[in-house]
Amino acid sequence: MSVDTAEILKKTPLYDAHAALGAKMAGFGGWLMPIQYEGILAEHLYTRQTVTVFDICHMGEFLLEADPVSSGLNRIVTQDIVNMPIGSCRYGFMLNESAGVIDDLIVYRLKENYWMLVVNAATISGDEENIRKHLSGSYELHNVSSTLGKLDVQGPRSQEVLANIFGTKINGLRYYKFGEFTFENEACIISCTGYTGELGYEVYIKNDYAVKLWGLLLKINLVKPAGLGCRDTLRLEMGYPLYGHELDQNHTPIAAGLEKFVDFSKDFIGKTALLKDQEQGPKERLVCFKADSRRAPRHGFGIYSQANRVGTVTSGSFSPSLAVGIGMGYICGDCEIGKKLVVKDSGVEIPVTIVKKPFLSKN
Amino acid sequence: MNIPKNLFYTKDHEWARVEGKAAYIGITDYAQSSLGDITFVGLPKEKEAVKQSEYCATVESVKAASDVYAPFSGTVISLNNELVTHPELVNQSPYEKGYFFVISLGDEVEKKNLMDADTYQRYVEGLNGGSVK
Repeated sequence: MSVDTAEILKKTPLYDAHAALGAKMAGFGGWLMPIQYEGILAEHLYTRQTVTVFDICHMGEFLLEADPVSSGLNRIVTQDIVNMPIGSCRYGFMLNESAGVIDDLIVYRLKENYWMLVVNAATISGDEENIRKHLSGSYELHNVSSTLGKLDVQGPRSQEVLANIFGTKINGLRYYKFGEFTFENEACIISCTGYTGELGYEVYIKNDYAVKLWGLLLKINLVKPAGLGCRDTLRLEMGYPLYGHELDQNHTPIAAGLEKFVDFSKDFIGKTALLKDQEQGPKERLVCFKADSRRAPRHGFGIYSQANRVGTVTSGSFSPSLAVGIGMGYICGDCEIGKKLVVKDSGVEIPVTIVKKPFLSKN
Repeated sequence: MNIPKNLFYTKDHEWARVEGKAAYIGITDYAQSSLGDITFVGLPKEKEAVKQSEYCATVESVKAASDVYAPFSGTVISLNNELVTHPELVNQSPYEKGYFFVISLGDEVEKKNLMDADTYQRYVEGLNGGSVK
């Protein structure tokens, strides 16, 4: 429950706005971020039913001018970027030589040879080091994380809210497509993407304008602010991974069940190890499980099959939409859907069942 | 912050309301507000003995699980079973509909280890937004 104020945490350009709204703040990835305003459950359900805005300015962005093949960029990421149309973006991974995940990221193709890479907050410097290490020939890389802000507008009514501000061109954006827009004459990028499972958009705009846009959005009665607390419960209900929990340098995309974001028809760093993992089967696999009660599995709890420890919980929470505990974790051995397991910690025993992801099916 | 006058309080933010030989037990407004949305309450069993300052129940919010310690020693005589399906009652009404259980009181001398409302009020103010439990 405590906020460690001794640790020096960075503040986003919206810090004062969060304080004015009475947000509960806590550290996340080296940043002091809003966890909740009104309450996690209310913000979660409001995102599912209406529309909320999240301050995601902590995340990292790199702008890169490079030929994807001759610069080596295409080898750095697992997704196919050479055949990606301008105006689209794609999710994938940067792997190490052992096929462990250095980070998960979205690559935006801004122009034929101009890219934006969007990465996690806690991994910005490691990612930059990795990218620079493997780029060659002529290229220009700018880490714009500290000057480029990001607001996520998420929920079934996000489109109408953004169309009122940016125009009806928003309505034409399909999933994982983006466009260039202007806000008070300042250029910004808006993609039809998100981390909630709802229709939603991610707006990339310079810090000062992110503050103005936040203010404008919250003047609209329909829009409420949402914190990282419900961002986590929303993504968990969809079975989306969070770096540092489901993804890390010790697990491959095969182990995480995310091989659909890997293009095996091209060369990429870690491919040899990943093919081996695919052929032999990974030591552990990521599974989703649902509790029989409202009790929440938590990060770090042990996973047991009868008396045997078979794995560890990577993420867990009460699911606001399903009103039961849900979680994900890596286990070895059988992991078929329907298998009964027990999640345990000192004095806590939660019977769970392996289920298919997503936990919450959306039509 | 709601701190009713007639209750006894602990440093861990539990309260007790003594009614004759029985005591109602729950967590304070400060505790529920610090925890946020409460999603699960794990209660003891009827007839179970609880001991002052020792673990007696569990409360979970979306973000965390916390132990609840008994303000008084005694035997559990009834449970607030409404909390099984409606744990949000602890947020909405921490001192009334959101009580956890009732015990038959053991030794009333234990009152000396607890705070009255004014002392608890000063204690909470002294925490200065710090951590709860």
